[in-house]
Amino acid sequence: MNLQFTSRELLFRDEVRDFLLSSVPRDISRKLRNDHRLSKDDIVRWQQILNAKGWAVPHWPVEWGGTRWTSVERYIFREEMQAFPAPPPLDFAVDMIGPLLIARGSDEQKRRFLPRIANLDDWWCQGFSEPGAGSDLAALKTSARRDGNKYVLNGQKIWTTMAHYADWMFCLARTAHGEKKQSGISFLLVNMKSAGITVRPIITMEGDHEVNEVFFDDVQVPAENLVGEQDRGWDCAKFLLSNERTTIARVGVSKARIRRIKELAASEHRRGQPMIEDRRFRERLAALEVELKALEMTQLRFLAGEEIDGRTGASDATASLLKIKGAEIQQATTELLLELAGPFATPFAGDEQQMTDDDGGRGLFVSPEWATRAAPTYFHWRKMSIYGGSDEIQRNILARGIFGG
Amino acid sequence: MDFRLTEEQRLLKDTLARLLAELYTFDRRKCYQLEADGWSRVVWARLADLGILGSSLPERFGGTGGGPVETMIIMNAIGRCLLLEPFFATVVLGGNLLSLGANEAQKAQLLPALASGKLLLAFAHTERHSRYDLANVGTRARRDGSQWVLNGEKCVVLHGDVAGKLLVSARSGGTDQYDEDGISLFLVDAELSGVRRTGYRTQDGLRAASVSLTDVRLSSDALVGSAGAAFPLIEEVAHQGIAAVCAEMVGAMEEMHEQTVEYLKTRVQFGATLSKFQVLQHRAVDMLMAVEQARSMAMFATMMLGEKGSAERRRAMSAAKIQVGRSSRFVGQQAIQLHGGIGMTMDCKIGHYFKHATLLDLQFGGADLHLQELAEMGGLTPRVLPLPE
Repeated sequence: MNLQFTSRELLFRDEVRDFLLSSVPRDISRKLRNDHRLSKDDIVRWQQILNAKGWAVPHWPVEWGGTRWTSVERYIFREEMQAFPAPPPLDFAVDMIGPLLIARGSDEQKRRFLPRIANLDDWWCQGFSEPGAGSDLAALKTSARRDGNKYVLNGQKIWTTMAHYADWMFCLARTAHGEKKQSGISFLLVNMKSAGITVRPIITMEGDHEVNEVFFDDVQVPAENLVGEQDRGWDCAKFLLSNERTTIARVGVSKARIRRIKELAASEHRRGQPMIEDRRFRERLAALEVELKALEMTQLRFLAGEEIDGRTGASDATASLLKIKGAEIQQATTELLLELAGPFATPFAGDEQQMTDDDGGRGLFVSPEWATRAAPTYFHWRKMSIYGGSDEIQRNILARGIFGG
Repeated sequence: MDFRLTEEQRLLKDTLARLLAELYTFDRRKCYQLEADGWSRVVWARLADLGILGSSLPERFGGTGGGPVETMIIMNAIGRCLLLEPFFATVVLGGNLLSLGANEAQKAQLLPALASGKLLLAFAHTERHSRYDLANVGTRARRDGSQWVLNGEKCVVLHGDVAGKLLVSARSGGTDQYDEDGISLFLVDAELSGVRRTGYRTQDGLRAASVSLTDVRLSSDALVGSAGAAFPLIEEVAHQGIAAVCAEMVGAMEEMHEQTVEYLKTRVQFGATLSKFQVLQHRAVDMLMAVEQARSMAMFATMMLGEKGSAERRRAMSAAKIQVGRSSRFVGQQAIQLHGGIGMTMDCKIGHYFKHATLLDLQFGGADLHLQELAEMGGLTPRVLPLPE
């Protein structure tokens, strides 16, 4: 047992750090550290820089652009990107539809889509949730009726992240009514430019536009856009659930935010003392660091392939644990940042990209730029314990591992 | 990075698990408690025969040349069976104080006896008002010609009632009672004149003692290490102790979780086993997550024992003690809660695990104390590199 990174792994980490230092556009990095929303262009620009370096899709097979890194190296890479911070890759593209097509797609689908996914030429969104199918995903009602060499899609999706940027959607739709609600679902690739698609924004409480409703009104989908077998789409959905989960806990993101809080807590004051000297504040911060270290070790333990005593066993359960703890910790970091901002969390900047320290030239101090993002960030990340299977669903998954059934 | 055990380590783990499953049933444990020492000399001899007592000693002293990982494996197994024998006092604390602090002659004389089970040791350090401050030593050591004379009182000396030799910390210098400088460590024969011991049973069914030293005269070779310079040694061994206690607590937590899950699967109420109730399922999940987080930090502590810088080690040990302490409180309390009334009884196993885990947490200070210390040290990553502009 050797729980330190090997010298090879440390060299690799340095290589990643050097690359990030020389390659992450500073304007993007600056937005990230102040918790500003990235634009589509920011994310595409970064993905194409990664692709030019050959690091766009390290976890894919070599023939499609993979790098043959070990799972620990992949972890280091993602972790360093999160901690730098560099933009997270579009997970719907490189972590979800890409690996799914590699595993279940036709040769034609692979040739057509994979290179464009790696370079983010196409933006992908996920069409899973519906108004009546949230945690109970298999209750979905969107229908795809086979009509010759095409499907005709009708229904509605909701919470579709960045559908307003998307060129393509991977989508679950009902093609038959089987005995079990999980059967009779098919997995389709839908061109978002098709006639009959309406994307309507949902503004979340902090004022951001990230998620959408998507309506299908007799949308025609060519039959060759079916992935896997008709009526067996649930297998694809399950594949996506158990697929690579190296980033699910977002350890690097929380690390970066804690680092940021420490930095900022040196310049915010209470009773003439920097907040970092405030006993209660720094104890909360230290407690968070401990939990994060424990999570990091847990994640590495799973990655390095330790069998967790055969008790939780399956990778689903492992991922559930990482997601629950990861969300808990990340949400706690945003809460601490909010408290650090204190009264200066009050001003609503309106335009999310606005970055001024004053009131626009009249010289009166309004709020430090970072502080205006503290509340929206706190509001926004309440989502983490809800999306991708809520904490409660994750606990159900873990309970199945413990109790069977 | 590699979390796998070596072939030998796996063998150690399996051997120990088999042995303890046989020797340490709940009923047998009760019998051991009734023996003269409050534990079993037969079990102790078996542990010696299997090389467990010398697992982290060099081969030239009768050991098998293992290290922190071996200790972690053993302590984890000990936690799972609520071992009564003085492994922690004799091997982890006593053995490490000698291995790291004693001279060659002392080691040659004592370590083989330790490995063979003939020598029992205890670390007499805590005093009435020292609480968890390792440098707070009021017991005095005065030179008299070539001899040392010790006076003072030590409390809660684990297995101090049976130890043949006590490792006693005493102040031979320093500016005041709290000074890290001026602390010395002595090997004191427990039968020496002036040594008085009152043994007692602990809340979790183990043994400990109060020790008083009145004009105890020691020859110069009783000194371990250099006079007045024992603090770094004491601190390093305390860190070994923390890592070991964390591993033992994880073992106890694993058992509590498993026993509780088993109970939920069998206990029927409202016409269904308790395991069918979602609120109880989720509680069991929360217990599991707490165990896993604790296991990670127990491993982290074990790994960081190799760290040379004492500040880094201090931070890591505090972090481990915080996580393991918090997890253990939660898992223990929920284990009792989910067992319901039966969990409150002396006849039910779970309460004994709960008690032991609670008492283990008192070793070297609990989560609150370590959180305060970690925060004062600037947290786990005190030197923050600013993010790139």
